[in-house]
Order: sequence, then C-alpha cells, then structure tokens
Amino acid sequence: MSIATAFFYIFAVVTIASAIMVITVRNPVHAVLFLILAFFNAAGLFVLLGAEFIAMILVIVYVGAVAVLFLFVVMMLDVDFAELRAGYAKYLPVGGLIGAILLAELLLVVSAWTIAPESALRIGERIPGDVTNAEAIGRVLYTRYVYFFELSGLVLLVAMIGAIVLTLRHREGVKRQNIGDQVARDRTAIEIKKVETGRGI
Amino acid sequence: MPPALAIYAPIFPEIFLALAAMALLMYGVFGGDRESEVPGWLAVLILAATGALVLMQAPGAVQLFDGAVIVDDFARFMKLLILGGSGFALILSFDYLRDAKILKFEFPVIALLSTVGMMLMASANNLISLYMALELQSLALYVLCAFRRDSVLSAEAGLKYFVLGALSSGLLLYGCSLVYGFTGTMSFAGIASVLQTSGSNIGLVFGLVFILCGVAFKLSAVPFHMWTPDVYQGAPTPVTAFLAAAPKVAAFAMLIRLVEDAFPAVATDWKQIVIAVSVGSMLLGAFAAIGQTNIKRLMAYSSIGHVGYALVGIAAGTPEGVKGVMIYLAIYVVMTLGTFACILAMRRKGGHVEDIAELSGLSRHQPMLAFMLAMLLFSMAGIPPLAGFFAKYFVFTAAIQAGLFWLAVLGVLTSVVSTFYYLAIISKMYFQEPAANFEPMPGKLRFVLAVTGVITLFLFIPINLLVTAAEAAARSLF
Repeated sequence: MSIATAFFYIFAVVTIASAIMVITVRNPVHAVLFLILAFFNAAGLFVLLGAEFIAMILVIVYVGAVAVLFLFVVMMLDVDFAELRAGYAKYLPVGGLIGAILLAELLLVVSAWTIAPESALRIGERIPGDVTNAEAIGRVLYTRYVYFFELSGLVLLVAMIGAIVLTLRHREGVKRQNIGDQVARDRTAIEIKKVETGRGI
Repeated sequence: MPPALAIYAPIFPEIFLALAAMALLMYGVFGGDRESEVPGWLAVLILAATGALVLMQAPGAVQLFDGAVIVDDFARFMKLLILGGSGFALILSFDYLRDAKILKFEFPVIALLSTVGMMLMASANNLISLYMALELQSLALYVLCAFRRDSVLSAEAGLKYFVLGALSSGLLLYGCSLVYGFTGTMSFAGIASVLQTSGSNIGLVFGLVFILCGVAFKLSAVPFHMWTPDVYQGAPTPVTAFLAAAPKVAAFAMLIRLVEDAFPAVATDWKQIVIAVSVGSMLLGAFAAIGQTNIKRLMAYSSIGHVGYALVGIAAGTPEGVKGVMIYLAIYVVMTLGTFACILAMRRKGGHVEDIAELSGLSRHQPMLAFMLAMLLFSMAGIPPLAGFFAKYFVFTAAIQAGLFWLAVLGVLTSVVSTFYYLAIISKMYFQEPAANFEPMPGKLRFVLAVTGVITLFLFIPINLLVTAAEAAARSLF
C-alpha cells in the first residue's frame, strides 16, 4: 500500500468519523470543533487529488471564516438543545417512515443512473503538469473571466455597505478612546496638588 | 484613449456608473455632513451623465468578454429606461427620507449600484453574467427595502424579500445548471445552436422551467407574486417607487433576451409557461386589488396586473410583441413614478398616510393633484387618449397578429375589471366628503409629477417617435 493510499484512508476515515460526531455530540461547541476537523481532513483529500488551491480555500474560508462564525453563533445564541430534543420519540415513527421512503426513492434513482457517453467529451482540458492550480486559476481569473471577477467584487461591496447601513448605530454620549488626543496631551491638562499627610483634601 | 481600452467602450456607461458610485461612497464617508441631500443630487447627476454616455454610443451590436456581455440597440433602449426610472425615483426620495430621518448617503450609493446591476442585466448574454448582474441588483434592493430599520414593517419587508429572493435565485441557478448540463455551454448563442441541432429534451425543459420560475419571481408574476404586496407596503415609499419602476424593466429585458436569444428553438415550451403566468397575473391583478384599503398594496396588485399585460407581448414571440413590451414598459415606468409622486404627497402633520380613504374629497382641497392622480389612474386603466391605452394597444395587437386572440380578449376583459378599482379611487377623490387637507406638495414631487403627467397626457402626439425607437431596438434581437 503506497503512502498516498494510506493517507487517503486516514483522511477519509477521520472525515467521516468527525462528520458523524458533528451530528451526534450533545454539546454544540464540540460539534463545531468536529466540523473544523472534518474540513481539515477534506482539505487533505483535496491535496491528494492535486487540487491544492481548493484545499487552501477550504481551510481559509471554511475553517477560518465560516466555522468561526458558527462558533460565535452557537456560543451567543444559547440554544436549549434538551428542549429541541423533546418529543423525539413521538416524532420518530413518522420521521422514520418519511426517511425510509426518501431513501428508497433515492436508491431507485441512483440505481437507474447512467452517464451519457458523450459527456466525457465535455469535460474540460486538464491543467498542464508544469502549472500549479493557483497559477492556472490566476491566468484566467484576471483575463478571461475578469468581468465576472469585478462583478462579484461589486456584489460584495453592496453586501458590505448593506451590512453596515442596516446594523451600525452611532450612539450618543459614548466615550471612545482617541489615541491621538491622549498622546498629544501636555502637562497643563493635569494639575498636581500636594496633599499633606493626615489632612485629606 | 489607449487602443487596449477602446474595445471596452461599449460598457463605459456601466464602468462609469460603478466608479462614480464608489466615488460617491468615498465622498459620503469622508465628506462630513451626514444628513444632506448633496449625495442624492450627485447621484441624479451621475445617472444623467450615464444616460448621456449611453445615448452617445453608435448603433449596432457589440459583444465583449467572450460574449458574456452584449450591447445592442435593445440593451440601450432598456438601459435608458432603467436610468430614467432610477433617477426620477431618487428625486422622489429626498423629502420622505428627511421626514423618516433616514437621509443617509448610503441610499443613493446602493441605488446606483443596483442600477449598475440592472443595466448589466439588460446586457447579459450568458447564464453567469445574467445571474451575477441579477444578484447585484437584488442584493441592493433587499438592503433598500429594510432601509428604515427602526420600522418593523420595513424590516419585515426587507427580510421577506431577502429570504424569498434567495429562494428564487436558487431556483434560477438550479435551472441554469441544468441547462448548462444538457447543452454544455453557458452562452445564449451556444445554447441556441445546440438546441437547433439536437432539439429539445425533458431535462432541458426542466431547466428552462426553473429559470422562468426565478425570473417570474423577480417580475412578481403569478404564482410567484406573494411577496409583492407585503414588500410594497412595508418598504419606505420611495423604495417602493424605485422597486416598481426600474427593476421591472431590467427583469423584462433579461427575460426577453433569454427566451429570444437562447431558447428560440423551444419556443412552444416557454410560450406555454409565459401564457400561463401572464393569464394568472392579469386575473389576480384585476380581482385581488379590489378589496385593498392601503394604496401601496393596491399599487402592488396593479403592478402584478401590468406585468401580466406586458407578458402578453412576450407570449406573442414576434418582433411586434417585443416592440409592444418595450413601449409598455416605457409607459408603465412613467405612470408608476407619477402615481408614486402623488402617493408621496399624502402627507399630514403626523407623517405620511397610506389609506385610500385619506384621499376622500381631495379635489376640494388640491384640485390639481386630484386631477393628475385621476389622469394617471385612468391611464393605468388604459383609457384613450392617455399613454396607458397605447401601452395595452401595442401588446394586444401583437398578440392578435400572433394568433393569440383569446389572450388579447382576456387582457381587455381584465383591464375592464381593473378599471373598477381605479375608478373607485377617483370617485373617492371627487364625490366624497373631504378629509383633512394634506401638507402642500414639495417642489421635487411637483417636478416629477409634472414631467410624468405631461408625458402621460400628451404622449399620443409624439407616440410615433417611441414606436420607431422600440421597433429599431426590437429588430436587433431577431
């Protein structure tokens, strides 16, 4: 067994195991931490596939931003999971029945699945071996697809302005630290008074 | 200008608009005065300058970015409508925003960015550029709907529009992915040529249905109209005016180019859908508006009905039909903005009122306002010689020429029904005991009402100019 195969099995098993843990552990914070573990191992799988750019994006975007956001939400919302689980047994028969029907339908669909032979012709060209993923994407992202790139920039700008305008509140009478003012303060701003011992002010 | 840049000349208006919006944002952030009308007026100027740039372009079709964007006469016609609609809606906004204490510089900035999205929708020539332009436009509109964030209704409108809009974008995107999967190409021309040679199949029709569902949502056509009354009512009134005018034009432009450029080979399939949606919208627009007591909700149902009439022209599927839709949209934008100028004038000491009952006896206090509103409502109903009559005339004749007699007859019948609720408002204004008077109408509203009123009243004289322009623009698609 080559090293790559061994790593594949390690990553795959840990991904699946941590994904199962995400939905079974009782503590939601632990669930998010397992989700992060799943993301890291999925990134490892992408590296094995030779898609190192997607692996990096997965770690940066999903672990760095999305999972941390989840963590904040979970910590701040204080969801009562015991209450959510109440009535679990009551809904189990109906839920189980619907799940079984859905599973049967999916099995029927998947078993009848055939891939059209001509679809192989439509698969895009592979990247030449001497070019890394990031370079290959960079070559087309700012040239051929620059229009879409700029347009998504505008969409994100709107999202940013929107988030600020809908949530930012300028409160009156809140004291904020102004470092410039602090540093620029000279000795005349304070007054030193000699207090004699035992007298008080 | 360096030659490398000159090839992008066809989308200079959009580039200018986007850069100007960003410059305006910087001005707003660093310019000091937070409550000022200056950014708004600058935005109106920017829209006018963009319109001038569009007008200066030479006729003819140019494709850019590997065919992702097309600029032709059709796109230019629609872009001018969009710019006009946005500009006048911005002029309507100042006084309301000041009264509601939300006169912020972000409002015109977001409106400008939304307009960029709308203009690019009119130019979208590929499934990705279509989707992204649509998202730019919609995301900005969601924010505008919730702009009066201290009002529960406005927040509800924004949230409802956002959630349902995200759902419809999902449908549209799913449809796009199915169409891409079954044709192997994103460009409209590519899809058309694949369909020409290999014909239709069930998977592709699925994709087409999903795309049309997404577009119908953006158009607020039945059965995807449920959000419309709540959003129209909850959003700040100038935002409702904005929402009712320019985005409709952009969505129609997108729909027309999509069905005529990408799916001409499966015309029988999409025509069925467009006809069904059109019939539903006309019927609902005519009957559901009757029981409304809030004028903004009434305008929502009225706009659903207008979308239904305009779709009749697309259902015809001929150059005549597209011409009819373009004339319809031009007149619809004018009438809608005029009516909203009247609605924004419904203002007393305590703030804005929206009940239709408040209009009672308006003719006694403000005869000019009452006359203008009555005239605009008659025009919406389609009474000759007002502009609204010509709008309906051209779509219905196109439908008759395409053999859709029953659709045209149904359109005429539903307009008769819709006349009922327009007349109910007019009779309130003229024949009922007067309610308390409104505050005098601000100058900006007067200006918009005068412009739109004059166009609505006297369009029958230069109607040929509009018809010729729409005809030339429609020809560029076929």
